[in-house]
Parts: sequence; structure tokens; C-alpha cells
Amino acid sequence: MLTRDRVAGSILVLLAVVTAWETRRLPLGTLHNPGPGYMPLLLALILGLLGALVVLRGGGSPPLRALRWSEAGHAVAILAGCAFAAVALEQLGYRLTVIVLLAFLLGVMERKRPAVVAAVALGLSFGSFFLFSNLLRVPLPRGPWGL
Amino acid sequence: MVETLQNLYLGFSVALTPSVLFYAFAGCVIGTLVGMLPGVGPLAGISLLLPATFGLNATNAIVLLAGIYYGAMYGGSTTSILMRIPGEAASVMTCIDGYEMTKKGRAGPALAIAAVGSYIAGTLSVLALMFLAPPLAAFALRFGPPEYFALLVLGLLVLAYMSSGSMPKALAMAALGLLLGMIGIDTMTGFFRFHYGLVELGDGIGVVPVAVGLFGISEILLTAGLPTPPAVHKPRLRELLPSRQEWRDSAAPIGRGTVLGFLIGIIPGSAHIISSFVSYALERRLSKHPERFGHGAVEGVAGPESANNSAASGAFVPMLALGVPSGPIPAVMLAAMMVHGISPGPLLIQQQPELFWGFIASMYVGNVVLLILNLPLVGLFVNLLRIPYPFLYPAILAFCVLGVYAVNQSVVDVWIMAATGALGYLLRKFDFETAPIVLGLVLAPMLEMSLRQSLAMSGGNYAIFVTRPIAATMLFVGVALLLLSLRPLLTRGADWRRSVGLEDKRALGEENP
Repeated sequence: MLTRDRVAGSILVLLAVVTAWETRRLPLGTLHNPGPGYMPLLLALILGLLGALVVLRGGGSPPLRALRWSEAGHAVAILAGCAFAAVALEQLGYRLTVIVLLAFLLGVMERKRPAVVAAVALGLSFGSFFLFSNLLRVPLPRGPWGL
Repeated sequence: MVETLQNLYLGFSVALTPSVLFYAFAGCVIGTLVGMLPGVGPLAGISLLLPATFGLNATNAIVLLAGIYYGAMYGGSTTSILMRIPGEAASVMTCIDGYEMTKKGRAGPALAIAAVGSYIAGTLSVLALMFLAPPLAAFALRFGPPEYFALLVLGLLVLAYMSSGSMPKALAMAALGLLLGMIGIDTMTGFFRFHYGLVELGDGIGVVPVAVGLFGISEILLTAGLPTPPAVHKPRLRELLPSRQEWRDSAAPIGRGTVLGFLIGIIPGSAHIISSFVSYALERRLSKHPERFGHGAVEGVAGPESANNSAASGAFVPMLALGVPSGPIPAVMLAAMMVHGISPGPLLIQQQPELFWGFIASMYVGNVVLLILNLPLVGLFVNLLRIPYPFLYPAILAFCVLGVYAVNQSVVDVWIMAATGALGYLLRKFDFETAPIVLGLVLAPMLEMSLRQSLAMSGGNYAIFVTRPIAATMLFVGVALLLLSLRPLLTRGADWRRSVGLEDKRALGEENP
């Protein structure tokens, strides 16, 4: 049966194999004089072993089907928001990015009234910019029109 | 003794300057808020505010960040008691009896006992820190690379052993963290590992984006789509006073929690979270009426709350004296100190006594500030919990982006935060702990360096780890722990985790350090 631990353990083993394969480009050195590839390979082997142990012991863990994903849609949208922020931050500047991010999360995801969305988005983006950039001197990116 | 008092006098002369006092106060207020808000644990809180300290001098910065840390320990209990929502993971055990007390109309006394217990534990553990850190630092001057390697291995094994879940899963997470720590330029040979064309990875993956992703973002991803939390009970000031019986019942658990918490906090690798679990289990076992636990026993609030505050101070001992973080939060604090050009370790106390003793004295001041903040002003703070989560999480997310970007002015860090947020979400869905990843990430360069330096010292002979007594002892303890944890695996018997009631934690849901 596909259980939670068996699936997770298998993914860890796969990750270990991929990492071990990736270390082929690094000089391994010798056992007595380790090179830059030695430790990553050793860790990949340990991760693989532990992943295998998780698979072996995973028979008693809850079945994969029992996992509830009711919040997954929301989670994907929030991650998309993070990705947008990463792309837009240096293009649009901090304030515009935060306005768009908050407008999306509050207006589209949470369906709040437009006036409330506008007030929160503008207040938070300009307020936090003033606090961090002007008062605490943390450099934050500016976009078009110095915004 | 006289020397310690003289040093403490020096510390207070630093801690009572207006600027340090202001930052201790600000840290405590922010920490209380951070501890109360579900979704922003102390780890994410400290990480996010790290850039805000860049403009400060080192003492002010560290005092501010430490204030956030132990402020969060205080604040976390409020939501646990009033709403059965642990603001941070160390408060999970407080939920059980604290919330039952609220249901019985004793929310005020529960909050008061938690605050007083935290104050006593916080103050006494700083006293212990003050006496223990300097001799430990003097002892650690004898440490060479083999001893550090053994200490780091022991730390990771203890963290895995003390974790609430299965040890192979916790160790796998530590290995994953160590692997993430391998990314970047190898300091010994200059080889750029696993960069995939991104020059920003030269210095490796930063601890801040990973910590914010794994703890802050993953918490938002898990909770944003869920139904809204229950209504908040707002206690009045005159309801806060515990009865004489409640004081009497709490005295011994506070004392035991203080000692236990400090001892657990000090062990390299263990998390402060576990101290509250062990304290709860101990109180339940020692009680003449264990059946009261789970139904509003004041001991179930007093013990764990004292223990988690005491552990928070205890965790500073290995960080300050050895330069080795004992958990993910001290790991971020260590990174913060390095940003300010301080290298914690055996020489810190000798070379920068104003910073060390000023920090110690500011912790005494901070505990007084927190007692004042958490008793009369609790009603004021509770108002924050009335902000609906659909408004709260977008704001937290915006601060996460701001905080992570501002550390290195790098959008790569924002990408790392998003990726580790998704990773943390999946790992927690699959019942994995994420704290060992952060610790592994921080310890990886130290571990690799100490291994390679040790081998260079011995001409490639691995016997160096067993022929040096301190290193051998630490490795022996680590192996013994590993064998101990294998025993239930082989005999299918219950291990210590079950006996201290960690299944209760599972019943309460996911953790959030």
C-alpha cells in the first residue's frame, strides 16, 4: 500500500541519487584528503540510506489517500504571489509589487470589498516602505516614477 | 564570584543606557506580537527583522533580536491559553490545560501564572547563563577541529533524538540541510559547487530565506485556506489574580520547569520546544492527581511555560561560549551576530566584554519589561488576535518578501524563500520536522571545515577523532544516543517520546517553531 512515509522516503532516495550523480563534476579527493565532492557525496549516501529506512519503516504510517489537500488551491495561489514578487520586485519597485500582491490576495483570493483592498494595499505598502526605507534605512528597490 | 559581579556591573552600565533600554523594550514588544501571531514564530520573526538591525550597532542589534526571541516565548502562551492556538511551537503544551482553564473562566490566572513563571524562569536561567558561559568558553579554548567536529555531530544527533517524530526522518532532514549547506564556493579549494549558473549562490544559501520559507511561508500555506479560528476571550485586569491554591500548586512546577528547561536548552542540538513537553510529562507524573491534567490543571501551564523560557536562555550558552548554535533560532542569531562582525565563540567574552555582559544584563531588564507587558497590557495585545486571518496573512507575506529581500538585496533569496516555503508545506503535510534542515544548513560549513582540518592535522588518519579524549567522549555519547533510538525500532517497544506525551502534541496539530 502507498503510505505517506513510503512515498516521502522514496522521494528522499531519488533526491539522494540525483545529488550523488551531480557530484560527479566535483573532485572527490581521497578518503585521507577529501576534496570538494567528498562531503556532498557522503551526505547524499546518508540521505539515501535514511530515505530507505523511512520507506522500510513506513508500512504503518497513514495511507497517502488520507492526506487532505483542501487548502492546496490557496497554497498554490500564495506561492504564485511569491513568484510574482520575486519577478516584479526589482522591475516595479517594492511599493507597486506589494500593492499588486495584496490586491491579488485580498481582492481575488479573499474576495474583500475593493475599497478595503485599496486601503489595506496602499496603507501597508507605503507604510512599510516609510518605516523600513525612511526610518530604518533599509534599502528597498524603487520602480518607475521613483515609486 | 566578585569578578562576575564586577562584570555584571559593567553589563548593567551598558544595558541601562537609554538606547539599549529602548531596543530591549522594542524587542520585547515585537517578540510578544510575534509570539502571539499564528504564522510568525520567533524564528521567522527574528529572520524578518534582521535587516532592520543593519543600521544599529552590534550591542543594540543583538539586544533587539534576543528581546524578540524571549518575548515570543512569553507571547506564545497568550494565544495558547485564550484560543488553543499555539503562537509558537513551545507553547503547544500550554494549550492543553491553559485553554481548559479559559473554558472554566480562569483565563486570567492562567495568563498570570504563565507570565510569572516565565519571569522567574527567565531571570534564574540568565543567572545560570552568567555563571556557566564564561567557564565553558574557557574550557572550549582547548577545542581544536576534531572536538568541534565531534560537537557538531553530537549536536545533530541530539536534535534528531530529541525531535518529536521518528529519528530517521529527523536525521534525513538534517542531512538535507547539510546538503543545502554544500551549495556555494568551497572555502578550502575555491570550487563553486551546485551553482547552476547563479553567481548569487557563491556565498551559499542564506539561512534567512530558508528559515522564513520553512517556517513563515509554509505556515501561511497550511493555514490560509482553513476555516477561521475561534472567538477570542478577553480577560479583564481584575480577573488576572490567581487564587492562593493556584499559587501554591504552581510554585514547584515553576522551579522544576526552570531547572529542566535550562538543562535541555543548553544541550547542543536540542530544540527549546522539547523542554515544555518534558516538563509537562514530569508534572503529570509527579502530580498526586494526574487525572486533572488535560482538564485545567494549573501545573500544566506553570511547568511548560517556565521550561520554555528557561530553555530560551539556556540555548544562548553554547552559542555564546562555543559559537555553536543549539537550535535553529540560535543559528539565525549567530548569523545575525556575524553580520555585525561579531564571531561568537570562546574569545567573545574576553574580547568584547561590554557586548557579552551588556547582553546578559539586558536579559534581566527584558524579563522585567515582559512581566509588565504581559500582565496589565494583555487585554491590549489580545486585540491583535481579532484581526481576521484573511487580512493578516497577506500582510505577513508582504513582510516576508521585504525581510528576505533586504538581507542581501537579492531576488534570488525571494525565490529561495518561495521554494523552501513549498518544500516546508509538503514536508509538514508528510509529517516531517523542518527545524533540523535549518540547523544542518548553518552547521554544514563548520562541519565540513572541521572534518577536513582534522584530517589535515592527522595526515589523513581518522583515529584523531577517537584518540583525543574530548572528541572521543562526544562521539561516544552521540553513538550511544543513536543506539538508544534504534532499540525501540528493533524491539517495537515504546520509546521516551511516547512516555512524555508527545502524542498529545500530534493531536493538537502541526508545530511551528
